[in-house]
Amino acid sequence: MPGSIQSLERAAAVLRLLAGGERRLGLSDVASSLGLAKGTTHGILRTLQQEGFVEQEPVSGKYQLGAELLRLGNSYLDVHELRARALVWTDDLARSSGEAAYLGVLHQHGVLIVHHVFRPDDGRQVLEVGAMQPLHSTALGKVLSAFDPVARNEVAEGELAALTSRTVTGADDFESVLDLTRARGWGSDLEETWDGVASVAAPVYDRRRMPVGAVGLTGAVERVCDADGIQARLVAAVRDCARAVSRDLGAGRF
Amino acid sequence: MTDTPTSSHGTGPFIAAIDQGTTSSRCIIFDRDGRIVAVDQKEHEQIFPKPGWVEHDAAEIWTNVQEVVAGAITKAGQDIAGFTPSDVKAIGITNQRETTMLWDKNTGEPVHNALVWQDTRTDALCRELGRNVGQDRFRRQTGLPLASYFAGPKVRWLLDNVDGLRERAERGEILFGTMDSWVIWNLTGGVDGGKHVTDVTNASRTLLMDLKTLQWDAKICDSIGVPMSVLPEIRSSSEVYGTTDIGGLDAVPVASALGDQQAALFGQTCFAVGEAKSTYGTGTFMLMNTGETPVNSYAGLITTVGYRIGDAKPVYALEGSIAVTGALVQWMRDQMGLISTAAEIETLASSVEDNGGAYFVPAFSGLFAPYWRSDARGVIAGLTRYVTKAHIARAVLEATAWQTREIADAMFKDSSTEVTTLKVDGGMTSNNLLMQTLSDFLDVPVVRPMVAETTCLGAAYAAGLAIGFWPDTEALRANWKRAAEWTPQMDAGERDKEYKQWLKAVQATMGWLDDEQD
Repeated sequence: MPGSIQSLERAAAVLRLLAGGERRLGLSDVASSLGLAKGTTHGILRTLQQEGFVEQEPVSGKYQLGAELLRLGNSYLDVHELRARALVWTDDLARSSGEAAYLGVLHQHGVLIVHHVFRPDDGRQVLEVGAMQPLHSTALGKVLSAFDPVARNEVAEGELAALTSRTVTGADDFESVLDLTRARGWGSDLEETWDGVASVAAPVYDRRRMPVGAVGLTGAVERVCDADGIQARLVAAVRDCARAVSRDLGAGRF
Repeated sequence: MTDTPTSSHGTGPFIAAIDQGTTSSRCIIFDRDGRIVAVDQKEHEQIFPKPGWVEHDAAEIWTNVQEVVAGAITKAGQDIAGFTPSDVKAIGITNQRETTMLWDKNTGEPVHNALVWQDTRTDALCRELGRNVGQDRFRRQTGLPLASYFAGPKVRWLLDNVDGLRERAERGEILFGTMDSWVIWNLTGGVDGGKHVTDVTNASRTLLMDLKTLQWDAKICDSIGVPMSVLPEIRSSSEVYGTTDIGGLDAVPVASALGDQQAALFGQTCFAVGEAKSTYGTGTFMLMNTGETPVNSYAGLITTVGYRIGDAKPVYALEGSIAVTGALVQWMRDQMGLISTAAEIETLASSVEDNGGAYFVPAFSGLFAPYWRSDARGVIAGLTRYVTKAHIARAVLEATAWQTREIADAMFKDSSTEVTTLKVDGGMTSNNLLMQTLSDFLDVPVVRPMVAETTCLGAAYAAGLAIGFWPDTEALRANWKRAAEWTPQMDAGERDKEYKQWLKAVQATMGWLDDEQD
């Protein structure tokens, strides 16, 4: 086991010192309690402050624990909150694209569909909220696997089952699909899950730029694709939608 | 406020709608497909001079309306290449219903703050007006019970309580209006030739209009104490009242007015008898189209005008309201602290299979439709040690669904028309479990349209019809797109058993307050 990192140990000691009740300490209090030079202590406090783990009171200049520490233990985004925030944007995605829109999150070993907007025509459709889709072959699943390391581990531990003749089943091939997805910022599924069906998806981020889900559209390959693959206007519509939902969740502009 | 999607639109022409609501004024611009092109919104102050009193500053509201129209036009100009204000072909109005104001027709100044629909200062006056008959004294003509929401008694209160106002009114210097009238009068010129009109839906909330003739009822006006000289002319919901030049517009027709719930009925394209919509917000309003004759209610509903398009026959509706729906979820969040956001109610409720035997009747300020019992108070019934907070969360959602079922049943009793599909809108439609539960308890499909802004859309539709932007209601139906549909999955025996339990819980709320206790 490699040796421990001294600056991290010291940062942990500062946090422990500030922990508990309404404790506020000045720079010299912290430095003398821990037996550190003021300059070193100031560097640690400033770094912790940048990360939001420590806050400095403007008037007294004293330090206390920051709100980010509370959020750490309490960080998951409720999927129903996610749906409520995505509602208007996914409606508009379905309407402008003419295809069905979906919002998915990682759940156990697959993609859980948490929101589904019907294709805006009179065709008979069934609400797919609550359904599971595979991670390795769908556009939603590829996006989650490309941007969320937990999802990627789930795929790596599972089997890349051949669902159609076009499913990518080799581990190395799949890694390059994820590389491509990350590089482009969106993922696609060209008849890799269901024959005749194509989909495109993009990641949704929360206010800390963590990938919390994926949004996309799915439709008949004849409508969704042209000679070059997924139509550019549909890719743009999906990415606009993902950006809009992310913005509503508090992620900065990107 | 959240941004609203504006991407990938075609070019104009467009229709604008003003929604003069209880908390804010908004302007939304729609394209021919009924898609949103631009939105602007501004809140106004809620004034609480005494407990139970709620007022708005009508001058502030008019300023805000001008700003949001200009704001929406500016945003459309930024987002749409080549947009000019002349691409807006008509403007429609929808408004908070019943909120009442009087203004000086020579100066255009309001003589008092507007009395908001929630304001209960006319409670005693309404009891007095009921005389020996009670709250149904004017129901046969107006379709309404004598209650403090409605505009007529509010006019009387203002005339009685603002110094010299009755004399000024009798000299013909004063105009009355609900917010539609105030906005239209100002839009069409104000002191400089403004049109003093209201539409049939707003007029049907005054207690002063005869539902069959669609004219002011002279005898009732006299009984309530409202001089007919202050009243606006009653017009249809969809016709050109005049033109406006505000916000960079040039002689654009002002072409519709509809109360907010009626506008939602119109926006949901409930144009056939039996079609119904339910709007799930803090409270819930359900309206069902009953066709060309008004249906009297003996089951605790209100009879109201749904809409009237130009010279066509009026279309009537039955209306049922539920006081506490979204407000119960807020109560779970703010008062109980069991959830941290409203959406989490679904997470908590989904963690169990059923209500565990618990039923929650949120009669926080009495029971509304169809019971109208002011002596009732809220109850959580059926508690055992087995019940967890998750079961209570489930009971919270079921309460909204059962209350909707009770209104649907009352509508069937009154009209013999069954609700065959329920069109829903409002914030709570993002709750999937609630929508499924609604479908299960009503035993009908529940459908959500793609445009959530059905209220503004309804006003835009009515304005567009008036100027021929859309040819007919069939064209509007074609614009209505299904975003989601929930179908019943509950066993009929199970549903009946649960409904019985719910009705028992409702019984348990009644008579909690003693007589005369407030």
